Amino acid sequence: MRTELEAGQADASGRPATRRPRFSWADPGVRLGVLAAVVGVLVALYFFTDVPGSLAFALKVRGLTVAAMAVVAVAVGVSTVLFHTITQNRILTPSIMGFDALYLLIATALVFVFGATAFLRADPLVLWTGQLVVMVGFSMLLFTWLFGGRRRSIHLMLLVGIVLGTFFRSLTSWMQAMLDPLEYQVLTDTAFASLTRPDETLLALSAVLVAVACAAVVPLLGTLDVLTLGEPAAIGLGVRHRRVVMVLFALVSVMVAASTALVGPILFFGLIVANLAYTYAGSFRHAWTLPAAALIGMVCLLGGQLVLEQLLGFGGSLSMVIEFAGGLFFLFLVLRKGAR
Amino acid sequence: MTALAPATSTPARIRPRRTWAGVLIGVALPVLAVASLFIGVSEVSPAALLEGGPDGDAASLLLLSRVPRTVSAVLVGASLAIAGLIMQMLVRNRFVEPGTTGVTEFATLGMLVSLVLWPGMPVFGKMGVAAIFGLVGTWVFLRVIRQVPVRQLVLVPLVGIMLGGIVGAVTAFVAYRLDLLQSLSQWSLGSFATIMQGRYEYVWIAAVMVVVAWVAADRFSVIGLGEEFAVNLGLDYRRVVAIGMVVIAVITAAVLVTAGMIPFLGLVVPNIVSLIIGDNVRRSIPWVAGLGAVFVLACDILARTLRFPYEIPLGVVVGIVGAGLFLWLLLRRGSRAH
Repeated sequence: MRTELEAGQADASGRPATRRPRFSWADPGVRLGVLAAVVGVLVALYFFTDVPGSLAFALKVRGLTVAAMAVVAVAVGVSTVLFHTITQNRILTPSIMGFDALYLLIATALVFVFGATAFLRADPLVLWTGQLVVMVGFSMLLFTWLFGGRRRSIHLMLLVGIVLGTFFRSLTSWMQAMLDPLEYQVLTDTAFASLTRPDETLLALSAVLVAVACAAVVPLLGTLDVLTLGEPAAIGLGVRHRRVVMVLFALVSVMVAASTALVGPILFFGLIVANLAYTYAGSFRHAWTLPAAALIGMVCLLGGQLVLEQLLGFGGSLSMVIEFAGGLFFLFLVLRKGAR
Repeated sequence: MTALAPATSTPARIRPRRTWAGVLIGVALPVLAVASLFIGVSEVSPAALLEGGPDGDAASLLLLSRVPRTVSAVLVGASLAIAGLIMQMLVRNRFVEPGTTGVTEFATLGMLVSLVLWPGMPVFGKMGVAAIFGLVGTWVFLRVIRQVPVRQLVLVPLVGIMLGGIVGAVTAFVAYRLDLLQSLSQWSLGSFATIMQGRYEYVWIAAVMVVVAWVAADRFSVIGLGEEFAVNLGLDYRRVVAIGMVVIAVITAAVLVTAGMIPFLGLVVPNIVSLIIGDNVRRSIPWVAGLGAVFVLACDILARTLRFPYEIPLGVVVGIVGAGLFLWLLLRRGSRAH
């Protein structure tokens, strides 16, 4: 199975996961290998079940969806785990910083100013680039302002991000309330993520962005493990905390912005994925939890799509179902374990 | 008060500030209320009122639309600010209010549920359902917050906002499925534009809750000192918390039904009052109520005059002004504590 091999290699950051002398379920490598195999099976299932007409065509169309899922799974999984490490908290997701609010505000403002037809006819590449630049720019501004200066509190920065998010949201809902119902209809589709039928150019660009961001994380893996000990301990052990966190935060915002600009806002997906990864990986080390999060993301997206299409018979609304499940999972998580 | 933010306790510095603030609120409230009565698209001036007009148009407009609008602005402002104050006492954190703890989102979900399941239900019933959902939301939040380490002050609202975001996503999902998304965003956007006689009376229920809060004020002060302390003083902790929860949920629901969502109000007003007169709830309740009313009246007047003759929704104006004030409070505090 080529896909299995590829997934394993790409996501275990280059390490041959299953080639260890002894096989034991406690070994994170074995666990990751099994996960990669599951992803391979799901990809195969997704490709070859119920092919209507030409196989080559179906492979091409479905390949795009699978690729979009892979980009989103890696971006969301990796960024959420990194975010948890930075904030020392496992129930937050990077999207609370107001990314979704900003995304909707940009879309709404465009429809509001130029009208729905112009919005639909606009070059997707221009829209994507614009969304990306504004979102990354916003988070970096916030970050250098509140964390780069003398105050340097991550939680304070988050709270300010949220306040600004609320502000964006009230602007958005004001503009939406004044829109024509037909124009509004155009917007409702941007408010929910859609994984199927992505634009090929944007997909390729997003994939490159996310891959570069992931590659930048690899040399930091050891430092990340030290960061889990907490800020004072990490500084004591020689980590240049402020600089590392700055770099990590930049990577997180690039990944979140890339995935949001590609498929739309996904709020709570990362929460499920990251927390499952901590439990499943059997190791706290980021060399294992990061690829585990990406692979689990793939399993959730592919498995969810298969269940929706094959068993329940309605496709397309996967992101909503996942958001719903993510919400319930979050509630379960905080009520059971508390907010640590 | 250890966990609560700046409780300045130097009376010498506070007294002149207090007098000034008292004078300001005492003058601003009646002035703004009267101004609110006479601002609008249709001409309602004191002269027109005295004249009587051909059919007493001005007078009937005043009674049907302007008076309800002014009264509800005052009541909504006062009660939301009080709800924020009590929430802050219950959680012992200065950065919470019904909007940052998921209570408003739960209540909105309740409204939507009642709208879908029992479309013919009278507004009073819808408000009841919303209040029950708000109560559940408060309970969930209080349970969650018990697990947060005491020192991480800013984490509490973060968790609350996540909670609200999730419930909001569920609401949006349901509304999207049923094609109610735009109408949802319309009625949940705070505004007094549709307030008329016969449609605003539900805010009086919020006013009743303010009275309840007033009567129980001392107990809330004690709650703000922490559970152990409160129990040691012989207070029935659970009962006081339950009263607080009901007050918060009913106020949130009543305001939601009449005016929609109004962000930041419950956050900003009690914080400012606390800066001026400290954290004794019995003493600060009238101030919080008064300043809340002034704040909403002023924002409503702004909303009506900025783009005259059109109207900007109140929620947007409060969102912008409130976000600015809240950021100021946050950063002011942040520069000292972190």
